[in-house]
Amino acid sequence: MTAPFISLSGMSKSFVGIRVLKDVDFDVREGEVHALLGENGAGKSTLIKMMAGLYKPDSGTITVNGEEMKFAATGDATAAGIATVYQELLLFPELTVAENVFLGHYPRTGAGWIDWAAVRARTRELLDQLDTHDLDVDAKVLTLSVAQRQRVEIAKALSRNARILIMDEPTASLVESDVQRLMQVVRQLRERGVGIVYVSHRMSEIFALADRVTVLRDGAHVATCDIGEVNEQQLVSMMVGRPIDSLFPKAEAEIGETVLEVKSLNHGRHVQDISFRLRRGEILGIAGLVGSGRTELALTLFGMTPATSGEILMEGVPVRIGSPRQARDLGIAYVPEDRGLQGLVRPMAIRKNVSMATIEKLSSGIFIKARAEAERAREAVRRFGIRCRDIDQPVSELSGGNQQKVVIAKWLETEPKVLILDEPTRGVDVGAKAEIHTIMGELVKRGVAILMISSELPEVLGMSDRMLVMSGGRVTAEIDRADATPERVGAAMTAHRGAEAA
Amino acid sequence: MSMAVNLPPVRPQTDHKRPGLLRRIVAEYGQECVVLAAIMLLFVVVTLVNPRFVNANNLVTIFSGNAYIAVAAIGMAMVIMTGNIDVSVGALIGVLATVAGTLAVSGYPIWFALVAPIFVGMAVNTVIGVLVAYAKIPSIVVTLGALSILRGGLISVTGGTWISDLPPDFLIAQKRLLGLPVPFLFMIVLTIAAFLWMRYSAFGRSIYAIGGNPEAAVATGIPVERRLVSVFAIHGAFAGVAAILFATQLQVIQSTVPPNLELTIITATVIGGVSILGGSGTVIGSTLATILFATIGSALIFINVSAYWLRAVIGLLILATVLADMLRRHRRT
Repeated sequence: MTAPFISLSGMSKSFVGIRVLKDVDFDVREGEVHALLGENGAGKSTLIKMMAGLYKPDSGTITVNGEEMKFAATGDATAAGIATVYQELLLFPELTVAENVFLGHYPRTGAGWIDWAAVRARTRELLDQLDTHDLDVDAKVLTLSVAQRQRVEIAKALSRNARILIMDEPTASLVESDVQRLMQVVRQLRERGVGIVYVSHRMSEIFALADRVTVLRDGAHVATCDIGEVNEQQLVSMMVGRPIDSLFPKAEAEIGETVLEVKSLNHGRHVQDISFRLRRGEILGIAGLVGSGRTELALTLFGMTPATSGEILMEGVPVRIGSPRQARDLGIAYVPEDRGLQGLVRPMAIRKNVSMATIEKLSSGIFIKARAEAERAREAVRRFGIRCRDIDQPVSELSGGNQQKVVIAKWLETEPKVLILDEPTRGVDVGAKAEIHTIMGELVKRGVAILMISSELPEVLGMSDRMLVMSGGRVTAEIDRADATPERVGAAMTAHRGAEAA
Repeated sequence: MSMAVNLPPVRPQTDHKRPGLLRRIVAEYGQECVVLAAIMLLFVVVTLVNPRFVNANNLVTIFSGNAYIAVAAIGMAMVIMTGNIDVSVGALIGVLATVAGTLAVSGYPIWFALVAPIFVGMAVNTVIGVLVAYAKIPSIVVTLGALSILRGGLISVTGGTWISDLPPDFLIAQKRLLGLPVPFLFMIVLTIAAFLWMRYSAFGRSIYAIGGNPEAAVATGIPVERRLVSVFAIHGAFAGVAAILFATQLQVIQSTVPPNLELTIITATVIGGVSILGGSGTVIGSTLATILFATIGSALIFINVSAYWLRAVIGLLILATVLADMLRRHRRT
């Protein structure tokens, strides 16, 4: 067994009095892929930021190649051979690929000028090593896809002779074919002796790539083991701290009369001639590829982009929905795809976010009933198990799953009849995901009708009573739970496109 | 009545002790506390150098002379909290002061001359608000236009003359109520009322929400456009009150308001802790910052430093404020 290239021992870190990392040990050897697992808020980001020299540990030591190091700045970590590819890629869009790769350490000519020929040639060489022969070194970064930009980031790390490469959720925003390609790149790097810290939520990637895995929970080290010693279920329960029996606990609910009926609804290119019924106690899943019109349909139903033609009936009564306010007052709630953008006012306290949609009801005269508001917020925190300091904590300080629970809590305060959930569990860790599914099950039992949009096929198949498949702005299939198979849904997701092209 | 569901308690809720009252005030109103501390420090230091600093006349100058700026800054704070800005308010105050003075010397009832500017101010700013909210023109552009129109229009109409021979009853800024100067009372009452309203009303809450994340505000059913128009109209009303306090503090009204009045008002808001990006801050901060300016201005005289340093000192304060804000944010991350 080779000695670790970098080892961290006893790492601790607190922010404003809260310990986010408690006495964690971690090490990486050259030529291994070491997966780092944990729920959001478990301390993964803090740990990798310490390795990258971005955070200073409160206590603990970092040893690189047997020598104790103090990283005062990111430059120190880079000099020690540690590079990081962050989730949000840090490239300059207006500069070319080559300019980005060698930014900060351009090769010089004898006279001290930047040696552009060398910059371009060496960038080409690095990209070729990553099997990226199709990428033009003179292309501006803003013209590249996410996957291509990621490879530029990796090339950038290699240009500094990185011995350890930290990858923070590298596949979070990649499509499947790019994921395969990235995994190939990771394997090549490993063969060349680079040690890789691989942060991901996706179990399949971890089992396909990792040599060892370390699990963190609540800022503490839970286990480090060889990948062969564990199975998926064990990893999940290590992350969550309790066994998870079923990821999709579909609760059986009694399905009642029609609440929402939509007839030939239209809005622009993405919502064309949509008709469906949604009944009390039902979960109607909407599947489709990105751009199929799923989210646009939700936005039209919620009045963000009012329908240009077609009919909407709420409990049999024709209604016009021209704004989110009208939708809300009719009993429709929308938990958006991007909670940071449309769901939450992040700098505001949990209490104020929870009450936001019902603030008029919570007021008497011109003033808000502060005690009632606080009571509602505390109840939401308790019932949804929102992990927080108190109800006055800004939601920006919560993890993704807990932020999502705040958005759901806000909308449940309005006692909706129809709840539209757009990607309810994206960017949410395993434990919180199961909790959100449980909440959905409880809601349908109480007669709420749920329209759930999801890119995750297992989620749609597992949670829905019925599903609509969309493609090219139209509904291409309506499938009952009993008849739904991944193949059928998958076929319908691409069906219409082919028909239209033909 | 609740539709919330009962999940099993999956994790022990971490019990954090609720911090003490003082700590919470400092945490929530950090900038306000800093400005207040600066005022107190200045008072102590300058009084030690020159005890006449705290004589009654000078206190009136400090707390009452700039009260109209503080009143205007209340409206400005609301506008900035929504993520907008108004660079025309100085010119508007000039116009409204002239309106009040002209009505007063033309034989209209005094009450009418005192109330009219408030409504004219609301009317003008409603137009601005509509252009910002519904026509979606950035507020800086709309108000730059308004600035030119109002300032140019005023000089053209009045020809730059002064209004004098104002009726004595009109000069309310020179009167006292309960032994205190009227402008001071206006400043205190309006600041506290606006603070409470912003903090405890649904309307106030929606202003913070709009400034914090306009898209989320729309998606939550807050009528963002209507709210923006209201905020601009209310800001116009505060400009009306400010114009009256300004117009009635001397025996004459000049059609040239203090130059850069709008910048002083915006600066007070920012130094008082209202984030220029919207979504946070209080009107207490902006009022305290106005008092701080007056204190600095007066202190410079009492310790024999040229008053021209005032602007430089305020400039330094802006930078110090922003720096303090950055440091506070940095500590939090």
